[in-house]
Amino acid sequence: MLESLSDNRASIAAVLILLILAAFVVSLVIGKRQSRLRAKDEVFGDPQRTRGGWYWALLGVCTILLTWFYFSWGVGRAYFPQTANEMCQIAKLDETLSPITARLPIESRYYKSTLLVSRNTTQLETLESSLPVEAFTEQEQTELLALIENSRQLIVNSSDPANLNQEAQVQFEKLSGEIETLSADLRKGSEGLEPTAEALAQPKWGVSSTEIPILPTTSRGVLFDQVASKSEAITAAFVKVRNHIPANDALIADTKERLAALKEANESGSFDEKTTEARNAYVKAVDRIFKRLDDGLIFPSKSLDTINAAITDLHDAKNDAKGNLTLIDAVFFPGKGVVKSKTQCTEQGSARWLPKPTDVVATFGKLANPNLEDGGGYRGFPLLWWKWLPVADVTGFLFPDWIADAWPGEYARHGSDGSIDPNFKDKLLAFAEGEVNLGSIPMLDGHIWDSLFRVLVALALGILLGVPLGLFMGVSKFFKSFFDPLIELYRPVPPLAWAPLILTIFGIKDDGKIFLLFMVAFAIMVISARTGASGTQLSKIRAAHSLGSTDRQIMWNVIFPNALPEILTGIRIAIGVCWGTLVAAEMLAGTTGVGFIENIARTVSDYELIWVTILIMGILGLVFDLMMRWVIDKTIPWRGKG
Amino acid sequence: MADLVCKNLNMTFTNPQTGDAVEALKDINFNLSKGELLSVLGPSGCGKTTLLNLLAGFLNPTSGEASLGGKQIEGPGVERGMVFQQGALFEWLPVSKNVDYGLRMKKTDPAESRVLVEKWLDIVGLQGFGDTPTYQLSGGMQQRVALARCLINDPDVILMDEPLGALDALTREKMQSLVLELWKETGKTIMIITHSVEEALLLGERLFVMAPRPGRIHKEYNLPFAERGLSESLRDIKQDAHFSQVREEILTMIWNMEEEIMGRA
Repeated sequence: MLESLSDNRASIAAVLILLILAAFVVSLVIGKRQSRLRAKDEVFGDPQRTRGGWYWALLGVCTILLTWFYFSWGVGRAYFPQTANEMCQIAKLDETLSPITARLPIESRYYKSTLLVSRNTTQLETLESSLPVEAFTEQEQTELLALIENSRQLIVNSSDPANLNQEAQVQFEKLSGEIETLSADLRKGSEGLEPTAEALAQPKWGVSSTEIPILPTTSRGVLFDQVASKSEAITAAFVKVRNHIPANDALIADTKERLAALKEANESGSFDEKTTEARNAYVKAVDRIFKRLDDGLIFPSKSLDTINAAITDLHDAKNDAKGNLTLIDAVFFPGKGVVKSKTQCTEQGSARWLPKPTDVVATFGKLANPNLEDGGGYRGFPLLWWKWLPVADVTGFLFPDWIADAWPGEYARHGSDGSIDPNFKDKLLAFAEGEVNLGSIPMLDGHIWDSLFRVLVALALGILLGVPLGLFMGVSKFFKSFFDPLIELYRPVPPLAWAPLILTIFGIKDDGKIFLLFMVAFAIMVISARTGASGTQLSKIRAAHSLGSTDRQIMWNVIFPNALPEILTGIRIAIGVCWGTLVAAEMLAGTTGVGFIENIARTVSDYELIWVTILIMGILGLVFDLMMRWVIDKTIPWRGKG
Repeated sequence: MADLVCKNLNMTFTNPQTGDAVEALKDINFNLSKGELLSVLGPSGCGKTTLLNLLAGFLNPTSGEASLGGKQIEGPGVERGMVFQQGALFEWLPVSKNVDYGLRMKKTDPAESRVLVEKWLDIVGLQGFGDTPTYQLSGGMQQRVALARCLINDPDVILMDEPLGALDALTREKMQSLVLELWKETGKTIMIITHSVEEALLLGERLFVMAPRPGRIHKEYNLPFAERGLSESLRDIKQDAHFSQVREEILTMIWNMEEEIMGRA
């Protein structure tokens, strides 16, 4: 069932989007009507006005979902599932033609030749004016200036249409003609073209890891694909065309020779370090520009006119052939569009880093699948599942082995017959090391549980140790003054600043993270319990005294309940901070946990997975907070009413 | 005899920063016999709350001694019940748990406690409110709970620190009647601190008017109104010519004291 859900995610999204749209409209109408009905009874600024209003909440959720669907191309894929494939074929054509268009004022302002002339001329001028006179002899200076002049002459010669290489001329005309046949093909339309069976058998868009199926699946796509493959040969031929002209031959040979002589002089001469450096740098610069001009990439501007016209016409033909695709692309596929790289077509921009909601859910489904053989879980570990935990593991944790060490007596030695007879001390050690079979209990397991476990253990320790200390600090001068410096010194340091140190000391296993989180929770619990305790009304404590309470009874019956609201608020804050610190700590080190998944997803740019982890964290945080709110409502209804 | 006795009681507060000493109480001497109803009146700063705190055991006197039934007062104790201005109820407990707080601290048998709680809630007029959270009660009802909580411990003396100060006029009058009723029914020694002259006259078999700087007992009255209040309407007593005369006399006295302080300041 999951498979079919996953395969039909576009259709599912189509239905969902309609439902969300309907909910959006309905909640908007209800909201409007409610506001109109209540307008009379409500005064602006009355905080009571903010109560209720589920319809606006629904509207907000719908807006988020619709925005998400839209910018992730979820809407586009739902209603125009073939569009990306067609855009991929067009991207193929654009990719193959890109070496030609790069030379032409298409999607840019100038011919490449014009840019080359401009850039080289400027650089030659700079070179001329920055000749280091102290590094060269007068004769060499004249020589260098002459060489610069030579390079200038090369530009002039190449730009002259009268000098144009005949072969290039012929080639340009031939290629223009071929490009025109491509335009004609596009104009002919896609009638009679059929996608291949192989193309139709491709996995649907977004289902497999290759994002967009690369083979054309529509007749229009086939047309673009064919034109793209035909254009490959044209491009290959075009990039080989060079404007090597006879007028330059003598000049080039002369320049090469004289540059070689100068280089020779640089190497053989004995100059001081600074001069050598200056000489080498300057000759190299002259050489670099000369070699660029020797490449023959500067063509007379007129010679490219035919090619330019043909390509412009091809673009027009392409746009005509796109038909309604242009509009769909503009409206339903916001962002940068589809880009064809060497082996695949990918979505670019918001569509890529904001994956479609359905894809995120599908990734979550895959992750949540506890069957590891079936490809579920992440890195051989389920997301959240259960396992049989040997009870001995737990006792080993609760009963450390030093107790066995400290037990009077000695561990057994092997007897003369080579047998070992374990005594009580040995059995104690075996128990501490978890080597006794005590049966198994079901236990939660998985990445989420690992994260939760770390937070819960740290939180429990923080509460168990922090609350009593905080209460005592609230009532006792000794406790307050003795522990205040310690806590106030370590607390202001951001937990993540402690992380590298603690993870180095404790290693990447759970105990380091738990200790880090414990530090966070402990400080928060101490401070909140202390604030709560020191906020106890004196008259209540005096009343309790007069009613015959001992100090301990007052602590437990008056100060503790009085501090309870602060303590619970502290727990609520501690959960949030611990959770945030944990995820960051898991990113630094570790092999399990939600933060670990996100960190790996980040390194491989798996956006769906990143979003899944973000959503898991958000939802867990929300659940924690709702639970705490419920607990607070149930346990301290008197809060603020004393 | 469980008499409350103060002998040459002195209390001096020293400001730790400036070293200035303030004589909050000077040479307080009195003897309160069992079953007497004493009200203490005075301008603000005359040390009446300090006196109460000393008797309750929250403060130790600088010199002199206070004793109850011949036993010196050292620290708070059940034999001296307290009622505070705001009730000082434990808002996390329902009414009945507030009332039996003292019994629970003594680890009294719960069944026995329950009977006592019922009895005292009945006496203070809160029958049926046992499970109500205290924060849902009105100010007057909260003060009734405070009274019950104090009385259930069966103290020898009840010390009240402006117990009715925060109540509205109507509730206050009802509570005054209640205090008188309780006084009569239980026969407890009661000491009430108040800043209302009328209340002091109504709830004081004996009345101390205290004067400030140093805090001392300025004048003592023996009054018939508390006794009369047990059988007559409090409003009638207030109309009484004698009542008005004493009231005016005390008001003038306190007025002059306030003037003196203002002049000196």
